[in-house]
Amino acid sequence: MVTVAPVEAADRAADAWDVAARVPDPEVPCVTVADLGILRSVEMEGDVVVARVTPTYAGCPAVLAIELAIETALREAGFEARIERVLSPSWTTDWITAEGREKLRAFGIAPPVKGGDEGVLFAETVVPCPRCSSKKTEKLAAFGSTPCKAHYRCLACAEPFDYFKCL
Amino acid sequence: MVTDPARRAEVQVNDLLAAVVGLGDDHLVLGHRLSEWCGHAPMLEEDLAMPNMALDMLGQARALYGYAAELEGRGRSEDDIAYLRADRDYRNCLLVERPNGDFAHTMLRQLYFSAFMQPYWRAMTDSSDDKLAAIAGKAEKEIAYHVRHAGEWIIRLGDGTEESARRMQAAVDALHPYTEELLVADQGVDFALVPDRAAMRAPFDATIGRIFGEAGLEIPEVAFPLSGGREGRHGEEFGHLLAELQYMQRTYPGLTW
Repeated sequence: MVTVAPVEAADRAADAWDVAARVPDPEVPCVTVADLGILRSVEMEGDVVVARVTPTYAGCPAVLAIELAIETALREAGFEARIERVLSPSWTTDWITAEGREKLRAFGIAPPVKGGDEGVLFAETVVPCPRCSSKKTEKLAAFGSTPCKAHYRCLACAEPFDYFKCL
Repeated sequence: MVTDPARRAEVQVNDLLAAVVGLGDDHLVLGHRLSEWCGHAPMLEEDLAMPNMALDMLGQARALYGYAAELEGRGRSEDDIAYLRADRDYRNCLLVERPNGDFAHTMLRQLYFSAFMQPYWRAMTDSSDDKLAAIAGKAEKEIAYHVRHAGEWIIRLGDGTEESARRMQAAVDALHPYTEELLVADQGVDFALVPDRAAMRAPFDATIGRIFGEAGLEIPEVAFPLSGGREGRHGEEFGHLLAELQYMQRTYPGLTW
């Protein structure tokens, strides 16, 4: 039985966070799980790293892939790891970091518009084009290529683009 | 009234379990119905929208079944509950198992269900059961998109051409008798854990009334509300749905990805 000093455990937890935080989202690989805010915590329980992850959407098919990717990354870095799925508090797009939002935009995905009114019938949220920044855009489809996205088109530069929906 | 405390706790868990499984069944079955449109929708956008909504519903069903398996504590998994029961064991309401019909029927079924679920999930976020409150917190936000998507279609079709209005009203006449069953409270369960379904009548009527008003649709007089699903009495089509849904596990028991 090896006793781990508290300082050492904190260092190991910080190292493990760095490893887990770098894992890219499998469907939106321009951002990491930390950018998206779905990696909630990384802690040491004895010698085991416990990473807590929350799903974006309840039915997101990437949930399992993300959990496996984080676990694999931690193991490859020499940690014994366990992943826990946490549902509460539920993930919101407000948890996407400023850096994450900028990475999404640079990749061509419009980041979520805070305070959008998706719940209102026929309401149109103004989504600026991620390429030319024009606010003259239109929604083509409320549901896009993944559960978290809607499909838009820019009326100024004519580019179609994905919009990361507010949740 | 059961007086023995241990026995009473068991009855309470069983009532909660029944309510959670019934709610999971609603979501699994409607999710499956929506998935049947995959590759057959009238346009590409809808071919993405319906499986997207189906995915939300399967995710919600999964969370509910996972919790039910935990409550039950008999070693069954969420998959066992989803795939290895007979038709009589499913407690979904009849509305969600209705065949897709035309696009008007499908969208109306979605509107009825999501207009009910939106206030229901909202109420469940206050559940004294932390797990159910967590599931509801996620689902409440997802369902808002379903209400909006289905609602916009109902208005567009009801207030559209002569044919679209006629077919939209035909869907209302066919499906409205199934809405009453949504609003029947679960038996025995503590409403601090699971919301009282009957309490959703006002917000449900308000949403439907507002959308039908804009769509120019009439709510028909319903002489005989149709129900039975919550007691395990399902329509003929339900067996066909299960045959497809359960095919893989019945043919290759224990098969995993």
